[in-house]
Amino acid sequence: MSRGLRAQFLARRDAVAERHAQVLDGRTGGRGVTVALIAVSLAVYVFGLYDLGVAPARLWSGLGQLGTIVALMIPPSPGGHLALYVAALGQTLSIALIGTLLAAILSLPFGFLAARNVVANRVLHVITRRGLDTVRTVDTLIWALIWINVVGLGPFAGALAIASSDFGALAKLMSEAIETADRKPVEAVQASGGGKLLTIRFGIVPQILPVYASQILYFFESNTRSATIIGIVGAGGIGLHLYEQIRVLEWQQASFLILMVLVTVAAIDLVSQRLRAAIIGRRDLGRRG
Amino acid sequence: MTQTLAVPPDHQIDPLLRAYAQSVAARRRTIAFGAVLLLAAVALSWIGAEIDLATFWTKLGNFTSYFDRLLQLDTGARVWTDPVYWFWGLRRWSLQLLQTVLIAYVGTATGATLGVIGGVLTSRNLVRSAALRFLVLRVLEFCRTVPDIVFALIFVVAFGIGALPGVLAIALHTTGTLGKLFGEVIENIDMKPVEGVAGTGGSWLAQVRFGVMPQVLSNIASYTLLRFEINVRGAAVIGIVGAGGIGQELIVAIRKFYYSDVSAILLMLLVCVMLLDAGSERLRHRLLAMETGR
Repeated sequence: MSRGLRAQFLARRDAVAERHAQVLDGRTGGRGVTVALIAVSLAVYVFGLYDLGVAPARLWSGLGQLGTIVALMIPPSPGGHLALYVAALGQTLSIALIGTLLAAILSLPFGFLAARNVVANRVLHVITRRGLDTVRTVDTLIWALIWINVVGLGPFAGALAIASSDFGALAKLMSEAIETADRKPVEAVQASGGGKLLTIRFGIVPQILPVYASQILYFFESNTRSATIIGIVGAGGIGLHLYEQIRVLEWQQASFLILMVLVTVAAIDLVSQRLRAAIIGRRDLGRRG
Repeated sequence: MTQTLAVPPDHQIDPLLRAYAQSVAARRRTIAFGAVLLLAAVALSWIGAEIDLATFWTKLGNFTSYFDRLLQLDTGARVWTDPVYWFWGLRRWSLQLLQTVLIAYVGTATGATLGVIGGVLTSRNLVRSAALRFLVLRVLEFCRTVPDIVFALIFVVAFGIGALPGVLAIALHTTGTLGKLFGEVIENIDMKPVEGVAGTGGSWLAQVRFGVMPQVLSNIASYTLLRFEINVRGAAVIGIVGAGGIGQELIVAIRKFYYSDVSAILLMLLVCVMLLDAGSERLRHRLLAMETGR
């Protein structure tokens, strides 16, 4: 039956095309460009596979190796270092908390500096924005490598690294929140004779506070993840142990550490989702599990 | 013109004031409780993270002097006085930077493709089987939660040092993050086109291809571009554990105190990331315009 419909349609295709020329024209116009774009991206992809050495033979033998590793990971076991690993996990959480708070404190004044409606000076605005962009672009791990040179190996360098890279991102978000803040409260404070500082305190801060709080929580969540890997370069926390256990091929302990991280991250996510929902007053944040 | 406000008598005002005081007090108690909790957590973390402000102050000089050294050639001159000497490895670093971008590109493309499959399979409106959805959701969650650099660490052991483990690590992590986002996008589509395709006898695949994809394609593209930006940064640091790209060169330069090399590589990386960000932002805005213009 459907075959029959298809034959009927094909027979009258030209007539249909003529009748709905306008609709079909719009579609075929961009088609050449689309095909060319897809061809180029596919070509780059294939070149990438070739250039990066993604050969089937290598993939296959590596997958076999990976299977052996996964088999060796079971069952996960702390190998008698449970206390040490729990302490390292605590350190990771400490790094995330201190780092986030430092970034939060630093980002507020810079957020105001980078906001166009607070600081009218164009030059200052552009310099602050570019500076923040630069700070934000440098990855947490690279910041950790830099801070290790300053304060030495250890969790303090990790906390400073997290604070540095987040400070740029958070300040940018805050400046955007400040720029989109409602003008009316600001004008009300000005009209009743409030100075610059009063305008900021009572006109803008109450508006951005919920955004600020929920962003901080969100950053804390993502920082727990970053803090787990920051130990790889020697900046404290559970990452150092994970790195070492993988390097000495102690797979059972490595998988135990990964499990610890997974459970902790899930727990922190849950708590922070609740808190964020309480702050913004929306209940549908954690709808999907 | 003066106006007088009629102030109600005390016996009317008192209950109102009391109620106000009560509600404010309740709020204040919650805030104070939260503040105490936070302070306790900070105090604990202060010890846990071995924060030592004294050393911080004494060593803060190191921070400025470190940047000072970064901007110094080994001849002692400032880097910008001799850019050719500063960027002596330009060719080699450019190639590695290109490899980094390529790792991010291949990883993102692979991850996005798998992510679309994962997103479709976790959508309540397309897949009836709750068991299948649950299974795929957990797999995506695992891929998302394990950081890409941890995947890279393991893959370097399994596949050997080089770009391949980097690509795989980024692809796997991207599958997790994008799969979740795509799933959310697909769950919120208009079901009428899908029903239309189903009504004309289209198979499940045809429904997805002609009913779902046209609705979500621009969203998928813009999320993928955003992820590509993130993955370029990720690919740059993934080299630290031996998974190819510029990160390998950077960590060697940092560990061996080749200061001017560090600053040259960092600068190239910064410029590259910023250019890619700007390009992808423009593309994303265009996609957004397409979305709203439809």
